[in-house]
Amino acid sequence: MERIPILRMGNTLLVTIQVDMQDQTALALQDDLAGRIAQTGASGVMIDISALEIVDSFVGRMLTSISGIARILSATTVVVGMQPAVAITLVELGLSLEGVRTALDVERGMALLAKVRQEVALGR
Amino acid sequence: MSEQHIVLSRQMVRTLCQALKFSLVDQTKMITAASELSRNTLIHGKGGKMRWQFVERNGKPGLQLHFEDEGPGIADVGLALTDGWTSGSGMGLGLPGSKRLVNDFEISSVPGQGTRVSITKWK
Repeated sequence: MERIPILRMGNTLLVTIQVDMQDQTALALQDDLAGRIAQTGASGVMIDISALEIVDSFVGRMLTSISGIARILSATTVVVGMQPAVAITLVELGLSLEGVRTALDVERGMALLAKVRQEVALGR
Repeated sequence: MSEQHIVLSRQMVRTLCQALKFSLVDQTKMITAASELSRNTLIHGKGGKMRWQFVERNGKPGLQLHFEDEGPGIADVGLALTDGWTSGSGMGLGLPGSKRLVNDFEISSVPGQGTRVSITKWK
């Protein structure tokens, strides 16, 4: 089974999904990320899905779960780069990715994570 | 059908949509619906087949996909088409969600014999 690599950049874990994932690969990513957050103490997770042509309910659920797991482990997740056609399809399918932070691209995602870190540091 | 076949069915449907020159949004919706229904066939139907055909209506081309399994079937199809109703581990979006993503949706199921779902997307 393929595994999606997780890169560490300072306090952020970066995941770029570039393959059409099997369900098992998506589940493994969820487990791997939880482990890496705990191991590194990362405060942010960025998941770049700009290469994904579709997000079905399984992957949508995985994104929601990762955000939830990361939050409990004290990290903020931001999903970046969703293609417009994917967003339209997801909403029609009935998934709104509630509780998942999103940004249009990596740069805006980084800015969002920096802002959250600042808010945490200021105790807001 | 195994899990790898969900990926293969998505790739197949992408090729078929591109052959019909579907818009990107229509292509994305059809591939997503195929992904949901393939997973249903695999998980709830205990495996089955996906068949496809190009169809035409009033001079309009379309893509039709059929998902067939010989699994336990669905006792209450109306209930299974309700958002959020799930028989197992999923979110209960597979059937009602796919229905919203396509133009035509037909389902027939006989408990103990299996389920057939046909979907069509017109260009």
